[in-house]
Amino acid sequence: MSTASSDAAAQFSGRQQSALQRVQNALHLYPWISPLVILILSFIAFTILNPRFATAGSMGLLIQQMAIVAALAIGQTLVILTAGIDLSVGAITVLAMMVMATLAKDGGMPGLLALIIGVGLATLAGLLNGILVTRMKLPPFIVTLGTLSIFTAIALLYSGGSSIQASHLPAFLNWLGKGFSIGGLRLTYGVLLVILLYAVVGFVLSQTAWGRHVYAVGDEPEAARLSGVPSRRVLLQVYTVAGFIYGIAAWALIGRSGAATPNAIPTANLDSITAVVIGGTSLFGGRGRLIGTLIGAIIVQTFAFGLSLAGVNQQWRLLAIGLLVIIAVSIDQWIRKVK
Amino acid sequence: MAVARLPLSIDHIPEEKRSIYDAEPVLSGRGMRIQWGHVVGLDGVDIDLYKGEVLAVIGDNGAGKSTLIKCLTGAYEPTGGTVYLDGQEVHFKRPQDAREAGIETVYQQLAVIPALDIASNLYLAREERRAGPLGSVFRMLDKRGMARRAGESVQNLGIQTIQNMGQAVENLSGGQRQAVAVARAAAFGSKVVVLDEPTAALGVKESGMVLDMIKQLRESGLGIILISHNMPHVWEAADRIHIQRLGGCAGVITPQSHDMGEGVAIMTGAKKLVQDQLDGAA
Ligand SMILES: Nc1ncnc2c1ncn2[C@@H]1O[C@H](COP(=O)(O)OP(=O)(O)OP(=O)(O)O)[C@@H](O)[C@H]1O
Ligand SMILES: [Mg+2]
Repeated sequence: MSTASSDAAAQFSGRQQSALQRVQNALHLYPWISPLVILILSFIAFTILNPRFATAGSMGLLIQQMAIVAALAIGQTLVILTAGIDLSVGAITVLAMMVMATLAKDGGMPGLLALIIGVGLATLAGLLNGILVTRMKLPPFIVTLGTLSIFTAIALLYSGGSSIQASHLPAFLNWLGKGFSIGGLRLTYGVLLVILLYAVVGFVLSQTAWGRHVYAVGDEPEAARLSGVPSRRVLLQVYTVAGFIYGIAAWALIGRSGAATPNAIPTANLDSITAVVIGGTSLFGGRGRLIGTLIGAIIVQTFAFGLSLAGVNQQWRLLAIGLLVIIAVSIDQWIRKVK
Repeated sequence: MAVARLPLSIDHIPEEKRSIYDAEPVLSGRGMRIQWGHVVGLDGVDIDLYKGEVLAVIGDNGAGKSTLIKCLTGAYEPTGGTVYLDGQEVHFKRPQDAREAGIETVYQQLAVIPALDIASNLYLAREERRAGPLGSVFRMLDKRGMARRAGESVQNLGIQTIQNMGQAVENLSGGQRQAVAVARAAAFGSKVVVLDEPTAALGVKESGMVLDMIKQLRESGLGIILISHNMPHVWEAADRIHIQRLGGCAGVITPQSHDMGEGVAIMTGAKKLVQDQLDGAA
């Protein structure tokens, strides 16, 4: 009798554990599953709280609001995959935005040329981060903390610190704020561009040798170097590509905010890091999928939007996001223990 | 002529193997030196590796075995000395320079990426792209082809316990990881294969397979450097044995010239290798 029940208990706990391990394994292989589950659950919850949440109009607004952070989070994902962190996301974006707008307004420069210079400058700013990380061997946290201040200062000094309204800018620079509607769902060209960026970078990360090298460098830099991966070059390219993406995001940001203003996106750093982390990418590098970041960015915006539609105080949003970040990092720690 | 470069008499080489040493060494180091601050890692070491031979490198912990092969394969930039490949002076600045020249290395700390799968590890930094525009324009990887060929490489090594090439390396046992690293070197080495303690984590059966693989590679004309603390393996597989001691070379012997006990005595400094003892016969 007692043997039978202890057998059953052993069997039960054995089955329990293997089920848990299977979950752990699945999350290890597909780290974006848990954010996806959270997203679906929060969609259902917010729709119950306020049925207006699930309408095409709300969705269009939600997508437009999350697009800029989602774009910045692409660059942040690349950097975090290499076990780095980029605190200069917002600074580079604002710098590119103010330079584009100022050139087009004061200099009367054609929009396309101003865009090219702005994006080029953002790319150079990323390259500078990369040089400091790879050549001076400084920790990315310190490098980007420094360039955060430097780029912000340059942006303010160059633009005089004042906003430039969209009406003073060529139509080309505002174009990403324009859009179209599909049955009540309003999307902007900026949103389409961000989706395109996700498709391209997602393809590069998962389907090309360079993508493999990014993961390798982030996971085990010395092993990657010994295996023949040009680690420093890959790192340099990651920071440079990230800068380029911030430049493109700056263009979308002008369209979205209807102006170029130095404090257009004050929480860019934390928001982009939050999206990446909630999306299941490991802060320790080498693990994560870009699709997870997109889901992470949508989750953050879903909470902001859903809670305000439900008439809940915005402080609750902060609380919820904070909890999500801690849960996401705990899940990451847990799945990294898979042997 | 070539024999003069051997620090031991040709008498100690079995007759059928002597022709190996008529050719030029495939890989040589002359006066290899490396220093970190005041720490001298290598103190002017000479080493020659011939095509079709297994050169074992033995020595105590910290004798400089790994440092020596790292200086030869581009993992470290030596502070002095010259490396020759097929008689030509070469300067490997990075490990991939040596790889491109046909030298494959299994480093002691196993240069594998835990987060990537087995096939990705085997093909890391030499990925193959799909045929046609998908590969040439979009740079798309030929994942299926690489997985298939990776499976063949692992199979060639005779490791049956690794089946799924899509498995992440971190889910493998220590020995299986070592097998992956060895399979990679065996699959891609075209001139020289360097193995730094390749059987340290392996079971008896798997060690035997690696030794068989080393012999196969030797048959196909490659030069192999084998670092090992396992003296029976060394005396079984090696043609010559380079004894590394305190950052220098204490001498080169053969399994025929000295037995294991003598070899270990030289390695630990209990006995000095008297050069004319060897040259006497010549
Ligand atoms: N990068 C480095 N910086 C400083 N010292 C080093 C470095 N690499 C090796 N050394 C030193 O050089 C010496 C030789 O080390 P090495 O790893 O070559 O020994 P080994 O013969 O391979 O030993 P083992 O049998 O334990 O693998 C050691 O004293 C080590 O501390
Ligand atoms: Mg060693």
